[in-house]
Amino acid sequence: MNDVKFYKILISVNALTPLALLGFDAYSGRLGANPIEFFLRTTGVLTLVFLLVTLFVTPLRKLFGWNSFIKYRRMLGLFAFFYGCIHLVTYSIFDKSLHIGEIVADVWQRPFIAIGMLALFLLIPLAVTSTNGMVKRLGGKKWARLHKLTYLAAVLGVIHFWMIVKSDVFYPLLFAVGLSVLFAVRLFWPKKKPVQKVSG
Amino acid sequence: MEDKTGSQLSRSDVTLEHLYLNRRTFIRAGLLASTAAATGLTYRYFNPQPVSEVATSEIANVQSPAKPLDVGQPNSLEDITNYNNYYEFSTDKRAVAKKAEKLITRPWSVEVGGLVQKPKTFDIDEILGFPQEERIYRFRCVEAWSMVIPWVGFSLKTLLDQVEPLETAKYVAFQTHYDPKVMQSSFSAGIDFPYVEGLRLDEAMHPLTLLATGLYGKQMPNQNGAPVRLIVPWKYGFKSIKSIVKIMLTDKEPPTTWNISAPDEYGFYSNVNPNVDHPRWSQGTERRIGEVAMRETLMFNGYADEVAHLYDGVDLTKNF
Repeated sequence: MNDVKFYKILISVNALTPLALLGFDAYSGRLGANPIEFFLRTTGVLTLVFLLVTLFVTPLRKLFGWNSFIKYRRMLGLFAFFYGCIHLVTYSIFDKSLHIGEIVADVWQRPFIAIGMLALFLLIPLAVTSTNGMVKRLGGKKWARLHKLTYLAAVLGVIHFWMIVKSDVFYPLLFAVGLSVLFAVRLFWPKKKPVQKVSG
Repeated sequence: MEDKTGSQLSRSDVTLEHLYLNRRTFIRAGLLASTAAATGLTYRYFNPQPVSEVATSEIANVQSPAKPLDVGQPNSLEDITNYNNYYEFSTDKRAVAKKAEKLITRPWSVEVGGLVQKPKTFDIDEILGFPQEERIYRFRCVEAWSMVIPWVGFSLKTLLDQVEPLETAKYVAFQTHYDPKVMQSSFSAGIDFPYVEGLRLDEAMHPLTLLATGLYGKQMPNQNGAPVRLIVPWKYGFKSIKSIVKIMLTDKEPPTTWNISAPDEYGFYSNVNPNVDHPRWSQGTERRIGEVAMRETLMFNGYADEVAHLYDGVDLTKNF
């Protein structure tokens, strides 16, 4: 097995460990008094974690010259999308009993739901265009421009998290700080020609 | 054998392929195991498990109420004692139980004063000396979850009658104990400490309004607001202030902690009302702890027959 393949397995195992433990805890009744709330919150936080990790790939490459990191960016982004989907499905089934009317009303009446939903929907075209074939069809430049939407999704995701918290904003703040670092790197890092093709 | 560079290594000196692969496999297995373990431990840190035993002493001679209200099956002691909003200890409802173990509840006294004839400081043993009864109430949190809890205590009215409120008293202000040595800072919690709450005097004197000293027949567990707390079952849970040290009767509406923190989200009244949504979430439904599907929230949390008359002529949308 070559290194790339191994690291992909390593990332997958770590990415799926929380889900496996969530599943195990759910099965054995260890998610606490309000299991659905915990499941919902954890999958939401994991979505944000993977979004930020995905966005940190490029700065880390530039900073430390870890160019091979690019090979794992797609799967990290797809894990963000994966957890986002579980998050939405959990909310739809357990909080809204799959009543489409109630979900629409929720989006309409509650900005934090609308913002979270928008953030996740922004990830759909990115997931769809994540294949090598789609990168070729769109062309690298166009593809890269489209995938800047990841930043918008992450910003909306952090706002979504911030808005549900009652008073202790520590964790939303942590993500906001992470995002700020990313933007700072984007804005102030000297522009260089990309060292490698952007796909991967 | 001699190669082009002239080094003297023989074929047999080359690391055997299977040994080389073995070492690599070993390193990889270690990497997999250690990172997955670290990830798992991080997850576990955010998923604290219940503290097993709540060891408080029995309350003697607990009477059942003459006419118990039909409120449904009480939640388990484990759920009631491991899912708590007590921001002085943690904003994580599941982390409170462990952290609240540090709360010191003896000696304890409750100062009762303000606009009263006979101000008095009650020792906790005096408070436990009042005739105690079991009251099984619905408990509805503003976060849209609810429980059914078998409290022990007595009507707040009984205590207030002893200090004889003056004609001029219109409100009652309550204050929670604050000990920065065992509790976290206002900065970490995001709300001001000490925690304060308030009721209109007629709300405070309502027979349903309970000064609770325990639950499930035992003295109050720390995480639930030991040793004595308020329970106002038709209002959102945050009105039911914990670990009370001070009760003052006043002629002005007293400040309340969540109202100070976010005045457009938490009003002074904070009656459970499915028709008036919190600005960020619906109050029309709630999740009863232990149930999967949401259930309808009832007006005044199901106590409309008992308390609706208190709000005749009050616009409950404006006075949320």
